[in-house]
Amino acid sequence: MRILCTILIASALAACATTQAPETQPPAGVEDRTPGAARPAPGTQGVPARPVTGVDLSGGKPAAAGADPLRDPANILSRRSVYYDFDKYDIRDEYKPAIEAHAKYLREHSSIKMLIQGNTDERGSREYNIALGQRRSEGVKRMLLLLGAREEQVEAVSLGEEKPKETGHTEEAWTRNRRSDMLYPGEY
Amino acid sequence: MRNLLAAFLVLGAACSAHAQLSIEITGAGAQRIPVAVAPLAGEGALLDGSNATISAIVRADLERSGLFRGLEIPRLVPQPSEASSVNYAEWRSRLADALVLGSVAARPDGRFEVRFRLYDVLKQSALGGVAYTLTRDQVRATAHRISDYVYEKLTGEKGVFSTRIAYVVKRGERYELQVADADGANEQAMLVSGEPIISPAWSPDGRRLAYVSFQNKKPIVYVQDIEVPKQQIVANFKGSNSAPAWSPDGKRLALALTRDGTSQIYLVNPDGSNLQRFTRTSGIDTEPFFSPDGEWIYFTSDRGGSPQIYRMALRGGDAQRVTFEGGYNVSPRVSPDGKSLAYIARNSGRFQVTLLELATRQAQVLTDSDLDESPSFAPNGRQILLATIVAGRGVLTAVSADGRVKQRLTVAAGDVREPAWGPLNQ
Repeated sequence: MRILCTILIASALAACATTQAPETQPPAGVEDRTPGAARPAPGTQGVPARPVTGVDLSGGKPAAAGADPLRDPANILSRRSVYYDFDKYDIRDEYKPAIEAHAKYLREHSSIKMLIQGNTDERGSREYNIALGQRRSEGVKRMLLLLGAREEQVEAVSLGEEKPKETGHTEEAWTRNRRSDMLYPGEY
Repeated sequence: MRNLLAAFLVLGAACSAHAQLSIEITGAGAQRIPVAVAPLAGEGALLDGSNATISAIVRADLERSGLFRGLEIPRLVPQPSEASSVNYAEWRSRLADALVLGSVAARPDGRFEVRFRLYDVLKQSALGGVAYTLTRDQVRATAHRISDYVYEKLTGEKGVFSTRIAYVVKRGERYELQVADADGANEQAMLVSGEPIISPAWSPDGRRLAYVSFQNKKPIVYVQDIEVPKQQIVANFKGSNSAPAWSPDGKRLALALTRDGTSQIYLVNPDGSNLQRFTRTSGIDTEPFFSPDGEWIYFTSDRGGSPQIYRMALRGGDAQRVTFEGGYNVSPRVSPDGKSLAYIARNSGRFQVTLLELATRQAQVLTDSDLDESPSFAPNGRQILLATIVAGRGVLTAVSADGRVKQRLTVAAGDVREPAWGPLNQ
């Protein structure tokens, strides 16, 4: 077990080492809205105008597509979500069969990739919740890898409290939002 | 993917005008200084975009601070100015402790000159005054400068009326990173996205914002110049990239990355170079925040089994635990004077802004709300801006460091969250 973990960590580090250097965004389509700001007058104290300009990223979303066994309600592969207690990230036993089934699916479809999104309820800090959501998704990922999925197939990310499935401020909504989702291409 | 992204980078912030923050004062200090801000002679010729006069903006500024009470002033004939001789007995009979008189004059070059003088009515003496030359679009900025002057002369502390705030507005599925004046005016969008934006952080010179955007379906840290609509990626590694905080000299950013496993704190240059790991634990470490002297990083960690606040020296050494009461203490922000720490504590299921005096370890809960997030000190340390939920909607609240003065900032038809108060001298 420890050796396996060490190998996994080593491979994770190796994957990091090959990560491409971050690139800056292309400047395409950005309008400079700096208004003709007046300059302070000499002699007396000036008050600088303070222009602000922005970037608009709102727009269409990529279309989604699905694969059958993954969508069939009778198939365990349609079960994608793992739920958690407040501030916890351990995987309860009831979710292990579904994770095992997805590990098997990933083993049998070595070209297929999975994205795991970790989520939290809205309470507490957004940033702590990002870290907690990552811990949740990493926990699912680690289990998939232990069950034979490959590192390159599975990416774990966190949405923190930012993308709640339920938008209410109730215990029920919070319960549904403390969740990891296992997603295949076209589903996110 | 990059082509897709380019498609989203459509024209910038034309969408900024529609809804500004509105501010409501929901609590005031017990002892407010009565101040008379007389209409400046001739100020009717120089109004801001909403037809407000300079004296009205100054009075609203001072009242909003919670430390002053603006006095009603009847129409005075002749209108006094800073050049008039002051009838102290008359202003005393109006119960004014302080008085502002001034004038506006048009200059031959099309600009204007605003002069004012501040008087201590009780001591019957002038405290000083300033003259400004300005164009029409600088009316509000000039009024805020006057407010800063009055505030500093009368309280001994810097005013923050000329500062700006950043925050995120969520309208439906649309997220806007907005920058506005501290009074909510002049709201302008820095970034508009269909995906979440969180954790804006001002550079110490007030010229750049670091923030986290999910525009690529995961948290990535960007820096953007206030005046240049171009994003620069600071950290885009495997996993989550988040929680940026500037060092006091503006040369480094602390942030939280999960590239090596669980969330850990790293240091990086604002251009993304020279990445260096800062914490080494197997638990969650996040929400770094520099002490104002630049020697410590405060952060949130669950290394002890529950999220608590710790600090660690930049030059190395063990982490020291800072919070001990309760099972959930997060989002540390050190006050500008370095003497206290604001953070979010869970008290009987309620998440509330708490202020801890670091020397005495005295903690005080500052709010009476349930879902507080993201505290941010005003640069004079007098107030803390925070996000909370009122009647199911995200609003910002500004609370004074003694918990007394409260203001609520809302936007029409949207949730406001993730406030960050900018520095002085922007």
